[in-house]
Formats: sequence, C-alpha cells, structure tokens
Amino acid sequence: MKSEWPLWEVFIRGQHGLSHRHVGSLHATDAEHAIQNARDVYTRRKEGISIWVVPAAHITASSPDDKGAFYDPADDKVYRHPSFFNIPDDVGAM
Amino acid sequence: MSVNGLIRLGDNALVLGQRLSEWCGHAPALEEDIALANIALDFIGQTQLWLGLAGEREGLGRTADTLAYTRDAWDFRNLLMVEQPNRDFGVTMMRQFLFDSWHFEALTALTHHGDVEISAIAQKAVKEVTYHRERSTDAVVALGDGTEVSHKRMQSALDRLWPYVGEMFTGDADDLTDMAALRPAFDAHAGAALDEATLTRPTSDFAHQGGKTGVRHSEHLGHMLAVMQVLPRNYPDATW
Repeated sequence: MKSEWPLWEVFIRGQHGLSHRHVGSLHATDAEHAIQNARDVYTRRKEGISIWVVPAAHITASSPDDKGAFYDPADDKVYRHPSFFNIPDDVGAM
Repeated sequence: MSVNGLIRLGDNALVLGQRLSEWCGHAPALEEDIALANIALDFIGQTQLWLGLAGEREGLGRTADTLAYTRDAWDFRNLLMVEQPNRDFGVTMMRQFLFDSWHFEALTALTHHGDVEISAIAQKAVKEVTYHRERSTDAVVALGDGTEVSHKRMQSALDRLWPYVGEMFTGDADDLTDMAALRPAFDAHAGAALDEATLTRPTSDFAHQGGKTGVRHSEHLGHMLAVMQVLPRNYPDATW
C-alpha cells in the first residue's frame, strides 16, 4: 500500500504581486488539506494573500530533451524584443 | 475584573501550547509538524497577552514570564483537558478539536467583553482560533471517517477525552464570561463534526473537575511543568 499522501504544487500571490507564483510543493490528503498545509508551510511570514494548490500529477511538463528544438530557435531573433522603441515617459512602468 | 479569570485563559493557552510543542520533530508528516508548531506558537502568543494583562492587573510586579515559569502545578488554573498527554496523533487531534470547539465560543463571547483590553485580546485570538478549529475539525472528520484503524483510534480518543469536556462549561464568579451559556453552540459544532466523522459521543456526562479551580490537577501537569520550567528555574538570569 502506498502510504505517502499525494503531492501538491503550491502557488502564492504576494501582498503586491499581480500573479500567483510557484513557491514549492507539499503533501496533503485532499485539496482543502493542501490549502491548509500551504497556509502553514508557505505563508507563516506574511508571504501571501491568496493560495492556489494543484495536484502535481495534473501538471504536464515539457521534456528536457526538447530544449534544443523548443528554445534555441529564439536565440537569433532579437527583433522579437520590443527594445527598439522609445517608450514615452508618460507611459510609466511597463 | 478577575485576575483569576485572565490566568485561566492564559494557563489554557500556555499548557496546550507546551503540549503541542512536544510534537515538534515527531509529527507523522512534515506538514503536520509545521502546522502543530505554528499552532503552538499561536498559543504561546495568546499566553503572553493573557498572563501579561493578569500580571498588570494584579499589580504585584509579576510578568507573563514569572507567572509561566515560577508557579507550581497547584497554582495553575487551566482546564484538565489541555494537560492530558499527547499520546498518539489521534488523541492529540481529538483533544485539539474538543478544546478548539470550546475556545472558539469562549473567545467569541469575550470579543463583546466590556473591558477593552480583554475584548482586544479576544479579537486577535479568535482569528487564530478560527483556523485552529477548522483544521482540527477537518482532521477529526478525516480520521474518524477514514480507515477502520483510524476510526477505531478516534473513537477511543473521544471516549478517553469526553470526561474532560464537562469542566469547560462549569463556571464561577472568576470567569470572564458565562461558560454554561457556551454549551449549545459547542454541542452544535462538535455534534455535527462528530456525526460527519461517524463517531459516537459517550452517553455518560461524568466530568473530571478541579483544573480551572486548581483544586485537583492530574498527575500529568507536574511532569510537563518540570520540563517547561527547568531552564528558567535553574538559570533565572538566562537570556536569549
């Protein structure tokens, strides 16, 4: 019998953060338990105001073997960066 | 305003906080270990507030630290429930659930206390205790309505601890709120959770008493205080 609790990935939105960020993982019996454990493990020092948990098994990851095909072609396409424009001061932080 | 009433609240938090801290490094899962330590620290924080105010109102120069570390077992005024040993994780969670269910109602009542300092402490503490109760309730439901083994352990934990429930609702003039009046709300929450957990409440209403009056603590309190107080008693000038 497998006695380990399922693994969950934890995402926290910080006080001033706009999006949830991955902060780590933990074990829990169900989603509600995972939220409680995330609260105790990852927000003890006021790190966040919102928690998402996702069963780790539900995350599909890209394969390291695809690294070349996936990312290398972007190396020589510097024109994709919007760094050739002058941004007016009035626009503020981008 | 009763100093004894403040000491009762402080001692409940202190003794249960110390008990929970005994799990540190021993809980069945890392996440539970951290959660129990967090909750223990919540209780120690509440202890500082209640015993700090008690010392201030008493006016004899005693602080939260001197009250915590230099009194003997017979001067403690905590409920017998909180000094009961941890035993296994099931007993610890059942004790927590029964205490939290009472604690939540007591603090909610105290948020309306006429003394602003008392109501301020209650308002801060009730936020923490809302979470404590949610967590311990979920644990009792999950383990009670879990496997055959976990159900059996939770039922035996309930049978063991139920005789300590009655004392929570006894009262006298030292209490800061009418404890008997909290019983219906306690029964509603605890009853619903125990039903969901498929656990059966013992039919006997026999209640061990003597903790909050200090008349008769169980033998467990002295052993716990010996561990808790050894350092400040041996090295009164120790700082960290």
